[in-house]
Amino acid sequence: MSDIILKAENISKQYRLGLVGTGTISHDLNRWFHKIKGKEDPYLKIGESNDRSTKGNSQYVWALKNINFELKRGEVLGVIGKNGAGKSTLLKILSKVTGPTTGEIKTKGRIASLLEVGTGFHGEMTGRENIYLNGAILGMTKKEIKTKIDEIIDFSGCQRYIDTPVKRYSSGMTVRLAFAVAAFLEPEILVIDEVLAVGDVEFQKKAIGKMQDISRSEGRTVLFVSHNMAAVKSLCTRAIVLNNGQAVFEGNQNEAVDYYLNLSTDIEDTKGVMHFETTNKPAQLSKVVLKNKKNIATSSFLMGEEITAEIHVKSDNPLTRIKCSIIVSSSNGINICAIRSHEMTDINYSANRNFILKATIKDLKLTPNNYFLTLALAENRNTIEIKEQCISFDITTDDVYKTGKVPGSNMAVFCNALWELKEN
Amino acid sequence: MKNEKLDSEWLYTISPKGRFIDFNFQEIWRYRDLLLLFVKRDVITLYKQTVLGPLWYLIQPLITSVIFTIIFNGIANIDVGAGIHPFLFNLAGVTIWNYFSECLKGTSDAFKKNQNIFSKVYFPRVIMPMTVVISALLKFAIQFFIFIGFYIFFAFQDNAGHIDFKVLWLFPLLVLLMGMLGLGLGMIISSMTTKYRDLTFLVGFGVQLLMYISAVMYPINVAVEKIQNNFPKASTFISPIIQNNPLANVVETFRYMFFSQGNFSTKGIIITLIITVFISLLGLAVFNRTEKSFIDTV
Repeated sequence: MSDIILKAENISKQYRLGLVGTGTISHDLNRWFHKIKGKEDPYLKIGESNDRSTKGNSQYVWALKNINFELKRGEVLGVIGKNGAGKSTLLKILSKVTGPTTGEIKTKGRIASLLEVGTGFHGEMTGRENIYLNGAILGMTKKEIKTKIDEIIDFSGCQRYIDTPVKRYSSGMTVRLAFAVAAFLEPEILVIDEVLAVGDVEFQKKAIGKMQDISRSEGRTVLFVSHNMAAVKSLCTRAIVLNNGQAVFEGNQNEAVDYYLNLSTDIEDTKGVMHFETTNKPAQLSKVVLKNKKNIATSSFLMGEEITAEIHVKSDNPLTRIKCSIIVSSSNGINICAIRSHEMTDINYSANRNFILKATIKDLKLTPNNYFLTLALAENRNTIEIKEQCISFDITTDDVYKTGKVPGSNMAVFCNALWELKEN
Repeated sequence: MKNEKLDSEWLYTISPKGRFIDFNFQEIWRYRDLLLLFVKRDVITLYKQTVLGPLWYLIQPLITSVIFTIIFNGIANIDVGAGIHPFLFNLAGVTIWNYFSECLKGTSDAFKKNQNIFSKVYFPRVIMPMTVVISALLKFAIQFFIFIGFYIFFAFQDNAGHIDFKVLWLFPLLVLLMGMLGLGLGMIISSMTTKYRDLTFLVGFGVQLLMYISAVMYPINVAVEKIQNNFPKASTFISPIIQNNPLANVVETFRYMFFSQGNFSTKGIIITLIITVFISLLGLAVFNRTEKSFIDTV
């Protein structure tokens, strides 16, 4: 019992949709009257779930609903979910940026949250002054910072510029300095958003490496929110999957990642065919079919085989300058390649009927594994729909080099080359 | 019994809005370093601005006082008292008034201005308006030294001006009162502007209106007397507003310290103190209540 450091009970968060500002005074008064009369709040309707694509009949949605979890000391808990599943809301509540609508979180340790690095940096101040200010914003005392300042400067690698105003720094140096401050935070519980994982590869490695240090060697409790399945698998000891504001899975991080990847409201009736839920939007994706060279719908392809994706679009209006993107990602969530129509050709559509976009994907040299496709459709700059990891397919081994030898599958892609030996 | 014991083990709890009055002074104290660092930031960045930046703090009160002198003393013939130069009289009023208006304007958009920081990290939100009030002290000090400069100049020239040393000890209290009033009102306004944006437009206008009933360019006695003569019907409610206005009392006492003329009573100061404490506690309560949900409404 004593090793539970944080306990969340029935956390819910309600948001109001649409314009905040028009009519709020009247709503506020109405709420107030109900409260005085001892009645229930007329705008709190429990039971509606938060789904981006379907239109609810209430102006209020639950971004989080009845979330319960416990965090043990030294544990690294991952929180995964699709966009809009409620991850950020949960983070905000944990970091006290916003309060929950119902429920409570009890903690035995101080929580420090890193939703962003370099919060409150001021360009006119020197690097050193910014370390003090940023550290204090993140919850350190001046004394704490003073004892660590040399380490922080060392870690940032900005010794030469430390007494120069930050506005003279390159953006990379600013991020390094900001991350250095964050890395030396020593709270009992650290809440980290995936934004930390942006930046160049070197920085990502450094960030993830530091996080591993924090959790493994220093035994700190970490709550980590990410889209990066590889990072969740390697860093976390347990994970929660959020979907539409509810916790749908809790347990081992590998199982959670699998659960998340299979999470879909849409139905796959036969292999390689995916029907999407119909909504009342003027334009939407209705179906996607994956076909092989023989024009047969399938979800299993040979290495190097041509894959044809037929994207069925339901449209009530003519669409100009259609942009369609297909993103191929691996089963652990790493994006491998993006196939974007607007980089290859222009597509316009002038009729008012449904149509099919056909993409014949050549040269996709994936190694045997399970893969996912994310589909995005846009008109001009307006996104019509994004279907994240909506359909999966397998790649099976083939004698691609015509040598009778199969390429190893521990790499993401394979590549043919002409090997020659020449004497000097 | 056992449950109670377990509950007491928790360090703190994050929960929906609690009681209306929910001050956590201990937490504010824990973040005192942050407050000082924010003030330091304001001071550093103030000086690192353009050359005209600090100069503006000198020009603004001087020009305002000259205009007040022309209009209220030259045209409207307001009697500021024997032996007091009207310009110095106005400069005194403007100097102490500016501190209040600086605090009020700075704190009244505390939530909106700091939205970026507030949406990313938690610290007691009240630190931000408190920073404004403390940083504004620097501007006040600059303007106060200008006033003292002119005061000495006029003292030598006209041999006027009598500092009342009996009440000089009130000086820090007066500055504190102005700061707390600005902070309190500013916190109330900033809490309301997160929901009802249109209030922002009222602030600039409202501060200006407030100045006219706060005895900045006239002595309270003269105002009460003139209103009595010119608008006998209205005087029953206008005069008490001016007489009981805590701001007018602070301004009047501030001038009394330097000129030994005007209204000054211990009772007035005590009433002002009570109103000020009430307003700042109310502001703190409203502010505390807003800080938990403002990120969703702003």
